This record gives sequence, structure tokens and C-alpha cells, in this order.
Amino acid sequence: MEKSQKFESWLRPEASGLYCVPGDFYIDPHQAVDRAIITHGHSDHARPGHRAALATPETLDIMKIRLGEGAPRTAQPATYGQNTRVGAVDVSLVPAGHILGSAQVVLQYGGQRAIVSGDYKRQADATCAAFEVVQCDVFVTEATFGLPVFKHPSAAQEVAKLLASLQAFPERTHQVGVYGLGKCQRVIQLLRAAGYDKPIWIHGALRTMCDYYRSQGIELGEVLPVADATTDLEGEIVLSPPSALGDRWSRRFADPLPCLASGWMGVRARARQRGVELPLIISDHADWPELLQTVGDTQASEIWVTHGREEALVYAAQNLGLTAKALSIVGREDDSE
Amino acid sequence: MKAFSQLLDKLSYTPSRNAKLTLLQDYFRSAPDPDRGYALAALTDELPLSVPLRGILQDLSVSRFDPVLFKLSRDYVGDTAEALALIWPLSGVEKSAPLLRDVVQTLKTTARSGLASQISSWLDQLNTVERWALLKFLAGALRVGVSARLAKTALAMTFNKPIEDVEEIWHGIAPPYSELFDWLEGKTERPHRVDVPIFKPLMLSHPLEAGDWEALVLEEFAVEWKWDGIRVQLSSRNGDVKLFSRSGDDIGNAFPELVTGHNFSAVLDGELLVKRTEDVASFSDLQQRLNRKTVKTSMLADYPAHIRLYDALELEGEDLRPLAFDVRRQKLESWWNKIAPHHTDLSPIFHPDTKDELQKIWEATRETGIEGLMLKRRDSAYIAGRPQGKWFKWKRTALTADCVLMYAQRGSGKRSSYFSDYTFGVWSHEGEGRTLVPVGKAYSGFSDAELYKIDKFVRDNTIQQFGPVRSVTPQLVFEVAYDAVNKSSRHKAGVAMRFPRISRIRWDKPAAEADLLSTISKQIT
Repeated sequence: MEKSQKFESWLRPEASGLYCVPGDFYIDPHQAVDRAIITHGHSDHARPGHRAALATPETLDIMKIRLGEGAPRTAQPATYGQNTRVGAVDVSLVPAGHILGSAQVVLQYGGQRAIVSGDYKRQADATCAAFEVVQCDVFVTEATFGLPVFKHPSAAQEVAKLLASLQAFPERTHQVGVYGLGKCQRVIQLLRAAGYDKPIWIHGALRTMCDYYRSQGIELGEVLPVADATTDLEGEIVLSPPSALGDRWSRRFADPLPCLASGWMGVRARARQRGVELPLIISDHADWPELLQTVGDTQASEIWVTHGREEALVYAAQNLGLTAKALSIVGREDDSE
Repeated sequence: MKAFSQLLDKLSYTPSRNAKLTLLQDYFRSAPDPDRGYALAALTDELPLSVPLRGILQDLSVSRFDPVLFKLSRDYVGDTAEALALIWPLSGVEKSAPLLRDVVQTLKTTARSGLASQISSWLDQLNTVERWALLKFLAGALRVGVSARLAKTALAMTFNKPIEDVEEIWHGIAPPYSELFDWLEGKTERPHRVDVPIFKPLMLSHPLEAGDWEALVLEEFAVEWKWDGIRVQLSSRNGDVKLFSRSGDDIGNAFPELVTGHNFSAVLDGELLVKRTEDVASFSDLQQRLNRKTVKTSMLADYPAHIRLYDALELEGEDLRPLAFDVRRQKLESWWNKIAPHHTDLSPIFHPDTKDELQKIWEATRETGIEGLMLKRRDSAYIAGRPQGKWFKWKRTALTADCVLMYAQRGSGKRSSYFSDYTFGVWSHEGEGRTLVPVGKAYSGFSDAELYKIDKFVRDNTIQQFGPVRSVTPQLVFEVAYDAVNKSSRHKAGVAMRFPRISRIRWDKPAAEADLLSTISKQIT
């Protein structure tokens, strides 16, 4: 008990987000603040309007591309493993395996180490650096898929499902809903790794991030904008934001077969609600076994759960004899997955 | 189990009827016997496994999983069987899944006390999708959007046989239907059972179009009332009696008074009605009796069922279907006069002298509370399906009301990018403070070109979105046609339209001039 109060004396949730007192900064605050550390570029973590932000160079690039004027006025790039002193706190970023540039924030203060992991996964992903285990005293974790029903199959197996469907229904356009940052490029990379070498067609909204990933040395092969297509793309793979599935934009395709790449597709009702005919369980987030594995790997004595199915993960961590609590951080979105 | 699991999994995500038929045909063509027979039984809800699954799932979840985590998972997934399939530990190594026949066979020989451990050991051998499919199979309710009729249609298509033949054989055979598959594959003659009541597919009618009426020669047709009940077939062999719906489903359980106490052999075609003394009650009274697995005695007294007979397909072992309508009718009458089966009577035939007179009778049908007329060619045999030019239904003119579009919902399949299902309302009363009250839903009656226009209207006039549903500015008036209005406690307006469809889109008409609820309430029958 004594110890947990000590942690909270320097790291605690506030109205704007998780606040580090001796460093006077917030981590992934959901409102504009004076000083922020940003774990990754997804919009529920990288909000507009911060004065200064410390993040990986990739995350800062992504914020600049996506937020424009709203990008932090002072950008403080920190590469993985590089130590930065902020106030009285030593800060370093290590890979989180979530998307390109995603990082766990390692905070050292008064002989204690806390890690704020942002979003993360342990499954292999060739489009970003793999999650790195760092031991700590307090591990702050997400719990997007924090229920034992979530056990993501290998992403390669799911992509094989897509290619099998393409063979079974060569007359239909396979329209795959993907989140624009991370999921889109990962699905393209997985298709390439599975030997699919035809052009992959993308919705205009996905273009900038594909270009950025490519500029960072990630091979995506031939990726073409749907706007340039001269046919109805029968038997082709089209990637679009999930919101374009079954909407007007998709009318141009040959009997489009709606697919969705998301960790939520493991639950049938979720797929059916969205009219998905081919659910692909491909996730940027840790599933239940990965969450538990990571909690164990860090050897933390305290687990703080920021968002998702906190109740189950807190309960499971307590069963392991750890101190665990939900932080109830506001402003996180489930559906962007 | 593997192929069957794949089939169920794909069906559950496939909205299109044609795609479902393709999936089913692929399965029936490639799956071995008797597994495909058990699969067919599961799809048609004919497999009496009687596994007390709820209790078993409860036991398994308590004994194998942390109760707190299981409850949180179950609540999140919303379905116990699916939650259990997902939470079950992964075996890590690919094991051979049991065959459907093994599952059925093992269940027959396993004592109730051993079921939980048997199911548990199966679940250990299966992957996530297979576990889900096994539990669906054991529950007996697949809920993958396939009706018994669709499954039979796919089966008939697989082997290029008429669906009517499959339906006619259906009630004489039991899972795994080996004689059915043998016949479908051309290995044996068509199965023919004479000792049990079977379903004989029905002859259906066409709506009477203007051209049909002009060409119609009155003397060639028998004229009957069109009764407002549901079409049924009463099939009896030596006192073993079944009541079939028009699609061949056995609905006898809900109508014990109709299927007991007969000892004739016949297959009779008629209309199921609720009838008190001499009066036929409304369709909503009949609805009280429909879709029930069992029926309380008070229902039998309050909503007495009755069959009004109009045709005979078979009498005392003689197949009458090749005979002319007139001959069948004569035979039906003399047989009925002799036997007088309880809870039945004959639908009268009447004889207008001229077409003018017939027209007048038809015009008066709404006033007399009759759904319309049936015109049947006197010389026509009883032909399953919907043959051209033999039987006509001449429904009374539709009622119409001007209603305002309130909500629009996305369609499914090909229509999934269009708002094609419409909820419309009428004004609560005249004058100040009036509101629109929803009175019905329709998704037909308009052309594709009109659909595109309405879709655009919905998008341009959306007030709020609720998932796939949008509320729209009350502005667009539909002239809605419907056959009747029933009282309804389920709808806020207190009324429910029967067979509503959009008859015209009144782009020109201001919403303020739409109809009042009282106008529609007055039409309740």
C-alpha cells in the first residue's frame, strides 16, 4: 500500500490524461497541453494543439501529416532507446509493436521505473519494430481486447482466408475495411508476404499514410488509387476505411464483398452488425494471452489499466497477486481498431 | 464436422439468398453420407438430439473457467455457446475432428451423466469455428439464416430435381435420409411411403391481371371466396394426421383439435381459420394461434380453429391430382357428406351468370369483409407450383393512405448501400401540437430509379443516425397501399397494416396534408 501511494505521488491520472508530476508532462493527453509525450500517431492518442511534444521521429512525422496546424509547435524527437531528461525524470522510448513509430514510455524517477505502454501487440508485424520487454515497477497497459475470448489467430492465416475467398469468388471485388494508419499498410505487407503481387487498390483517404510508410522503407508493392481504375475491379482487392464498406463509394465495384480487418471480427455479432461477409481477425492490439504474458514479462508489481475491458484484466492481475487498478482514462476509442 | 463447420460459418455471414444456395449445394455435393443427411436435418430443424445443452454449458463454464472472467466474456459476446467456443483453450496441435455421424451416434449411446465430459472432449479436439458449430448443432437451433425450405431448395438444385418432389418425399423419411440421397443420386427409385401422412406440394395461383380478366371465359372457371386465413394441407393416413403449412412445415402441434379424432385417409387442401359459431374471425385472431409449439386449453376455447376445405389431392388412397378440378370437387363433396370430418366445412362455389355480376361481387368484397375471389379453371389438374393460367386470385382493391417518411434503414445484400426500408407515419390528430405516429414499414413498390432518388433524399435530410437507421426530416409523402388494418398492441399507434407497400411517391405533396391516424383506425377489421 505504502509503495502504491508513492507511485501515485509522481504519476497519476488527471482530467487531461495521465500526468507525470516531477516531469510536468502528460502522456497521450486528450486535451491540448503545454508538454506531452505521445506514444503513437493514432488520433485518440495524438491530439492536436500541444505546445511541445516528445515522441519518436515517425510519430512526430505522422502528427505533422495528420494534424497539420494542430501538430505540436515544438517537436522533440527521441529515437528508440535514447534517454532524455525531462524535469526530474529520465524518459526513454522503446518499441511497442503497435504501428510504425509506436513506443512505450519508460519513466525513471526516484529509483522507480514506470512504463506507459500506449497501445501494443506481441504478434509479428513487418511494418514496425517489435515490442520490447523492459522490466519495471508499474506497468500501465491498455486492455482493448482484455477478455479471455480474444485470442487473435495469426494474421498470415487471416490473409490466407482473404486470398482463398478471392479464388472462390473471382467475380467479386473484395473490399477490405482497414484503419488508415497501421492496419492498412500491415494488410498490404501481409498480402505481399503471402505472394500476392497484383496491384492493390486503395481509397483516396489511405494514400498519404501509404506514401509515408513507403518513405520509411516499408515495401508495399504496387498500390493504386481506386480513382484511377478504369474497370469495376472485379476480382481485385480494394482497401478502404471501414466507414466506406457498404456505402455509396462501394457501388462502383463488382458485387463488392465486404471484408473487415479488425480484432473485433472474432465476435460474430460485431461482424454482422457491420454487414461484413468476410471477417478478418487482424489486430494492432494485444489479445488476452499477450496481455497476460506482457504483464508477467515486465515483472511489475503494479498494473494500471487505461482503457478497454479494464475490469477483466484488473481482476486477472489481482489473481496473480499483483496490485492492479483501472485508471479510467477518457477519450480512448475502441472502434478505431 | 470440418466441412459442416465451414458451411455454417460462411452461411452465418452471407446475406444473399443465391450465395447461400451456392454454399449449400457445394456442401451437399461433396459431403459424404450419412453426414450430409445429419447436416440437412440440422438445417431443417428435424434432428431430435434432446441434449440439455444449457445445463451442460453452465456446468462446463463453471468447472473449466474462472466464473468472473466467464461472465464478463459471456456478457460481452452476448451468446453463451459462442463465448464458450472462443474462451476454450487452444489445443495447439491440429487434431482430427469427429464426424457428424460420430457425434449423433455417440449422443445416442451416452448416458445423460456422461454428456458433459463427452462434449468437453470434443471441444478439445476442435478449433474455434468448429466448437461454435458443434454447439449450434447440439443446441438444435442453427440461426444461420437458412429456412427449412431454402435447405430443401438447395438440395433439389444440387441434383437437378424439382423442389416439389423433395417436399413430397420429405415427411415420409427421417434423418439421415439415406433413401432420399440414394434417389437424388439416381441409385434407387423414388421413395414411396403409403403408411404415413405425407405433404403433397401445393398448387398456387397468380394475381388476376387486366389481360387475364378480359380473356376470361366465365363458364370455364369455378368461383370461390378468397378466405383470409392461412393455406394448409390436412394429411391423414389411417388416423395418423398431420397439418402442414404451405411450405410443408408440420404445424399440427399448435392445432391439436384439428389433428386428433380423424380416421380417414385423405390429403385435403384448405384454409385455416378461426371460426366462432358461423362467423370467421379476423386474421389477427388466427395469429394468436400461429407459431406456437404448444397450446393452452383456454386458447382452444377462445380461438377455435377450423379448416375450410376447397380441394382434395387424395381420397381413400386414390391420387386425384391428375383429375380435373370439377371432378375433384365432386369427389370431395360426396366424400365430405359421408364422413363429415369435425372442424371442417366446404368452401362454397358460386355461380354468377355474367362477368358483370362477378365484377359486382368482387367490388363488394371489401364491404363484406372478404379478402377477394379465387377463380379456378374447371378442367385443370392439380399441378404443384404456380402453373400459368389455371388459378387466379383476385384480391379486393387495396386501401391507401398518404403517410410521411420518418425513418429509413439500410437494406441488405445488393441494397446494403441504399436506404431502402422505410418506416412511415401519419398525424396523431389535427391542429396544434400534432405529431407523426409510425404506422408501418415497407420496402417494396418502387423502381430502382425511385430507390436512388429516395436514397438521396434520406441522405440529404438526415436528422439523426442510429446505427443502420436514420431519422429524416418529415417531408416526403408516400401513398401507401395495404390490404387491411388490424388492431395491434405491439405498435404505438395501436394499428398494424397488412401487406403495406409504397404505391406512389408524392414528391409534390406537403407532409402537412398527409392522413390522420383516426382515418386509419377506422379501417380496423
